[in-house]
Amino acid sequence: MSDAVKIAGWGLLILFFAMGANWGTDVAYRFHAILLMVVCATMFIWSIRTAGSGPKDPDGPVPETGYMDGVVRYGVIATALWGVIGFLAGVYIAFQLAFPMLNWDLPWTSFGRLRPLHTSAVIFAFGGNALIATSFYVVQRTCAVRLWGGKTAWFVFWGYNLFIVLAATGYLLGQTQSKEYAEPEWYVDLWLTVVWVAYLLVFLMTIVKRKEPHIYVANWFYLAFIVTIAMLHVVNNLAVPVSIWGSNSVILFPGVQGAMVQWWYGHNAVGFFLTAGFLGMMYYFIPKQADRPIYSYKLSIIHFWALIFLYIWAGPHHLHYTALPDWAQMLGMVFSIVLWMPSWGGMINGLMTLQGAWDKLRTDPILRMLVVAVGFYGMATFEGPMMSIRSVNSLSHYTEWTIGHVHSGALGWNGMITFGALYYLVPRLWNRPALYSNALVSWHFWLATIGIVLYAASMWVGGIMQGLMWREIDDQGFLVNSFIDSVAAMHPMYVVRALGGTMFLLGGVIMLWNLWKTIAGEGAARTQHVPAE
Amino acid sequence: METYTFLRQLADSWGLLSMVLFFTVVAVWIFRPGARAAQNEAAMQIFRNEDRPKDDSDGR
Repeated sequence: MSDAVKIAGWGLLILFFAMGANWGTDVAYRFHAILLMVVCATMFIWSIRTAGSGPKDPDGPVPETGYMDGVVRYGVIATALWGVIGFLAGVYIAFQLAFPMLNWDLPWTSFGRLRPLHTSAVIFAFGGNALIATSFYVVQRTCAVRLWGGKTAWFVFWGYNLFIVLAATGYLLGQTQSKEYAEPEWYVDLWLTVVWVAYLLVFLMTIVKRKEPHIYVANWFYLAFIVTIAMLHVVNNLAVPVSIWGSNSVILFPGVQGAMVQWWYGHNAVGFFLTAGFLGMMYYFIPKQADRPIYSYKLSIIHFWALIFLYIWAGPHHLHYTALPDWAQMLGMVFSIVLWMPSWGGMINGLMTLQGAWDKLRTDPILRMLVVAVGFYGMATFEGPMMSIRSVNSLSHYTEWTIGHVHSGALGWNGMITFGALYYLVPRLWNRPALYSNALVSWHFWLATIGIVLYAASMWVGGIMQGLMWREIDDQGFLVNSFIDSVAAMHPMYVVRALGGTMFLLGGVIMLWNLWKTIAGEGAARTQHVPAE
Repeated sequence: METYTFLRQLADSWGLLSMVLFFTVVAVWIFRPGARAAQNEAAMQIFRNEDRPKDDSDGR
């Protein structure tokens, strides 16, 4: 019976998407319809082939006793692969800025389309898969129960990655609703909403059925991330589709309200996706890798509540000197500055966990990666509040300084802590005694660190230069430089930035190789742990 | 009253007050007597149940 419903359901979906492919009003929509039709056809055939076979195991379904790690393994692989793809896209568009001929005069390879591809690939594909995989790993260990909901976790993984593919192909074909970090159109947004609610359910219900009395602090951060992203995503994407057969939609909020909602979303995507979620990773993987409990559990509670109460108000600092009311700009600025305190509280908590174990940094490149990540978190969360001050922002806004700031956070904090978590997880998930090579981890570490330094330094210099050139006036009160002068002056900095990005990408490729060899089970004996004395 | 004015007044009166109070209570609560033992216990939680779920039938 249920087999028949399943097969009929997939059949109806195939029909629907075939109609979409026929009647779609734009290229991206029709491409997505064909893509989804193929996905549904695959599921259709698979449902027919498995129909009536009942439980595959003669003894009934496999008893669900252990942790559900299959989905975490897939998540780890997806994180590593999407990461390298996202870094590659970033390096390519960095070279486009230095050498514009790399746009090839084609719409699909233009900077305007590849840039959202890069940001979504690194934030949502790399970061999102890392968060989903690590949250599933951590919540099971700290609650001492298997994930709730059976196959729902698999739905979350595949559903989320389908969202990524829809978003990425949509950008290349020119689909966008022109909201930064929220470019996908209405039907892609709706799909993500469904997936995200499933994710929330799996995570929350696992916590509900926990066998440990206390909810470990990492889970608080993960849960704040999931709940807040659900709220932000829904509100920021409130839009009315023009037609069910087309990509276009009209956004609910007009003018400055729309801008405020967008940056309320945009900054909290940073605050809750790239900060709260990754702090969940910090609170688990650093104590585990250092083999010491977190420095102060009290501080971690204060860190949590202070961070979530303050972050949500910081968005208006993206709209200084715009039509947004002055009081709102001031509010955003003040809250951004106050945010410095919980951020550094968290950094101190992470770093001081190594108290009495600092020598491990000498022998353990994974711990080194995790600790440098926290260092970059501290630097980025110092720089951010400073840049939110209106007078500083008048110099930094719209310049490459912002890009440098974002990347010292994204590459240094999110990237490094994810690399550390991946190196931690792979041997455990595939049951290998150790990584294939610790030396390659060191190579990755140094390539990434030097790459970030080149990136951030060139963008500081270039960004401040841009800001100064744009505001320079002569004694008659006329602007001295035309915009193109500042573009030309940026060339050397763009080249250095692209080289820094290339080093970071190279580190990512080395990581892929190292993880692959670890999973393949090669050379585990080659890794010698030097005893820390 | 328009929505804007209502929300604005709610935000900078009761909204603000309730959040400040909540945060203050949390900040004091973590120093309650007996908290240290519970917090140390919670901090050590990650070093248990590494390979398989806890299998005592009564749950907590």
